[in-house]
Amino acid sequence: MQLHGWGRFPRADAELIEPPSAELFPEIFKSERIKGSLIARGGGRSYGDSALSKNIISSRFLDNFLEFDETSETIRCGAGVSIDMLLRTIIPTGYFLPVLPGTGFVSVGGAIAADIHGKNHHTDGSFCDHLVRFSLLLASGEIIECSPKTAIDAFIATCGGMGLTGVILDATLKLEKVPSVCIKRESIVAANLEDCFDLIEDNESSKYSVAWIDCLAKKNALGRSILHLAEHNATGLQKYKSRRRLSIPFNIPAFLVNKHTTRLFNNSFYHLRKRTAGTNIVNYDSYFFPLDNIKNWNRVFGQKGFFQYQLVIPSDSAKRGMKEILNVVANSGKGSFISVLKKFSKSNENLLSFPEAGYTLTLDFKNEPGISPLMKKLDDIVLAHCGRLYLAKDARMSEDMFKKSYSNWEKFIEIKNRLDPNGKFASIQSDRIGLT
Amino acid sequence: MKILLIGATSAIAKAFARSYAEKSAHFYLLARNQNQLKELANDLKIRGASSTSYSAIDLAHTKTHSAAMRNAGEFLVNVDVALICHGSLPNQENCERDYNMAEQEITVNGLSTISLCTEIVKIFKNQNSGTLAVITSVAGDRGRQPNFIYGAAKSLVSTYLQGLRGKLLPYNIHVVDIKPGLVDSPMTAEFQKGPLWSTPELVADKIIDSIEKKKHTAYVPGYWRLIMVIVCLIPEFIFKRLKI
Ligand SMILES: Cc1cc2nc3c(=O)[nH]c(=O)nc-3n(C[C@H](O)[C@H](O)[C@H](O)COP(=O)(O)OP(=O)(O)OC[C@H]3O[C@@H](n4cnc5c(N)ncnc54)[C@H](O)[C@@H]3O)c2cc1C
Ligand SMILES: NC(=O)c1ccc[n+]([C@@H]2O[C@H](COP(=O)([O-])OP(=O)(O)OC[C@H]3O[C@@H](n4cnc5c(N)ncnc54)[C@H](OP(=O)(O)O)[C@@H]3O)[C@@H](O)[C@H]2O)c1
Repeated sequence: MQLHGWGRFPRADAELIEPPSAELFPEIFKSERIKGSLIARGGGRSYGDSALSKNIISSRFLDNFLEFDETSETIRCGAGVSIDMLLRTIIPTGYFLPVLPGTGFVSVGGAIAADIHGKNHHTDGSFCDHLVRFSLLLASGEIIECSPKTAIDAFIATCGGMGLTGVILDATLKLEKVPSVCIKRESIVAANLEDCFDLIEDNESSKYSVAWIDCLAKKNALGRSILHLAEHNATGLQKYKSRRRLSIPFNIPAFLVNKHTTRLFNNSFYHLRKRTAGTNIVNYDSYFFPLDNIKNWNRVFGQKGFFQYQLVIPSDSAKRGMKEILNVVANSGKGSFISVLKKFSKSNENLLSFPEAGYTLTLDFKNEPGISPLMKKLDDIVLAHCGRLYLAKDARMSEDMFKKSYSNWEKFIEIKNRLDPNGKFASIQSDRIGLT
Repeated sequence: MKILLIGATSAIAKAFARSYAEKSAHFYLLARNQNQLKELANDLKIRGASSTSYSAIDLAHTKTHSAAMRNAGEFLVNVDVALICHGSLPNQENCERDYNMAEQEITVNGLSTISLCTEIVKIFKNQNSGTLAVITSVAGDRGRQPNFIYGAAKSLVSTYLQGLRGKLLPYNIHVVDIKPGLVDSPMTAEFQKGPLWSTPELVADKIIDSIEKKKHTAYVPGYWRLIMVIVCLIPEFIFKRLKI
């Protein structure tokens, strides 16, 4: 069947295998059923081709909770459990997850495989920094236990390793006790990029911090933005909220997303938020998962899909680099609806994890003529400032760029070869960037 | 809420149970895979179930039903809802060729359910209350070439439920026949999926809705009622030529 990632580009014909229970996973590897390469798939929320391959093994039915231990404040669950399902289960007991992505539909397996980051990376690190252990099914059919203390090589290669070492079957996560799932959000207007950087750094003690940038503003207004700072409120409901309402049942004609509509959107977004700046108490879901109530919002970019371009530039030249990037984007007029700027704290030991001390910027581009040369131009700026691109978002990075920017790639391949000597696990992405 | 769930490890049953677990329900689970039952019971506890117990039996063995239902009744004390979910989608060609196979499939999809209903009704009559919900299928509405053995077994159950419903009226027992259309579950793993397909979660939501609203026959999702009306209206001289 034909499958694609969240960006709806590229598409691939694949054999989709959905073992109905955990005990059937090893069987798949013992049989002769799988011919050719294989990759795991969770919620399908990575944008590009990291969960696409000839054969795709879905974690859909790895959806059981296995153990909830209030003394150690941990939960063990199948890798197919979604972040939304986790929250639904733990919130009534007063717990929360230490790291959340921008959508609740991400699976635990996918969160580990991309070592995802949240709006609190600068204070709490990334997802795998709160990972106690996981079990990994290897291509041999063997299941190994991995933690920061056991099977360390497999741990640091699998966290952020985009499914290339094996299939994560279940994981144990550390939870966080919170006073409330209501979020106290303070929104501050930044007139331009420098202003925004100053505000982010002055407010580093804020637990959550993320800036929404108007990437089409130019000159003095370049990088004008709204900085959202947030904390958990001291009191409020400990209640899960479910709110998927709207759905986009078909592709919106791609021409509706153009220079003028994006400019209009960015303009109105900026001015609307500017007016409502100040402190608000909001429910956690509208703060963390703002788009989750519109099912299939990825269809607004039309049939050909879109790219999400997420880069990080290390602290030393982050400000210069971001300015160059925004200049190129603003002048191209091919900006995206929502661009996000966020500060990262230092990187961890995981070999292919994306975050490193510096700033990250996320841009959406519709797949249209002229977009490749633009992204190529951005690649050059990123490389010139020793930055890199996020594999979970990528659908087009070159092997050369990957190898220049991910310095641990050789060590990763060495460990992968030990865990998967016959090279069973590979994705379209890993073939493209020379990891397989 | 006290729930007796039969065929508990089916994708639809799991989705159904998880919704009720969040509302602190009590569960007695029956299915044939011991490991999966144990995992599910544990999963439901973590999601909020008040209590769970389970037992592994092959539901095709109708002789074991009465003991199993007794155990369930003792654990739950009072059963509010019994949902029967087990089923298997046979290979039609093989069933046509080999009667033993056809018999086995009719036992799993038809007779075993009638045996279970018989035992459940005893419990319900004793307590003078209860909702009996059974998953049959739109396949039972008209015999179609690709799956009429399965369809015959399902329609056997639907016809049985129609009669039973009236019989149980004086006892304050409600009977719901749930007829799903196409559901993306392990049962249909080999099928190419399209726009008419639903998820087990959506089907489970509709089942809950039909139980709470005391519906008699629920097509899930609702548009299947219309589809089946049309299918049933096709004149036989045309229908017999269709391979749908
Ligand atoms: C709206 C939106 C907002 C987002 N916000 C953020 C954000 O704030 N921060 C962030 O870091 N990311 C974010 N992402 C990206 C997302 O978190 C990652 O792409 C994540 O990996 C998706 O997980 P998934 O379960 O959907 O995995 P998939 O997309 O299905 O797979 C992604 C990768 O994980 C691997 N994988 C999945 N399951 C397993 C398994 N069981 N075992 C081994 N490997 C596995 C796959 O092989 C693949 O390489 C966002 C995505 C969207 C669509
Ligand atoms: N999927 C559809 O499109 C669809 C459409 C209409 C109606 N239905 C009906 O919906 C119900 C649930 O099916 P589903 O879609 O959720 O599929 P499913 O996940 O495959 O569930 C079927 C369940 O039946 C169990 N089962 C089969 N034979 C059994 C036996 N002899 N003893 C004990 N258990 C047995 C299976 O157990 P094991 O896992 O141990 O094999 C499995 O748990 C079934 O009655 C099915 O006929 C399904």
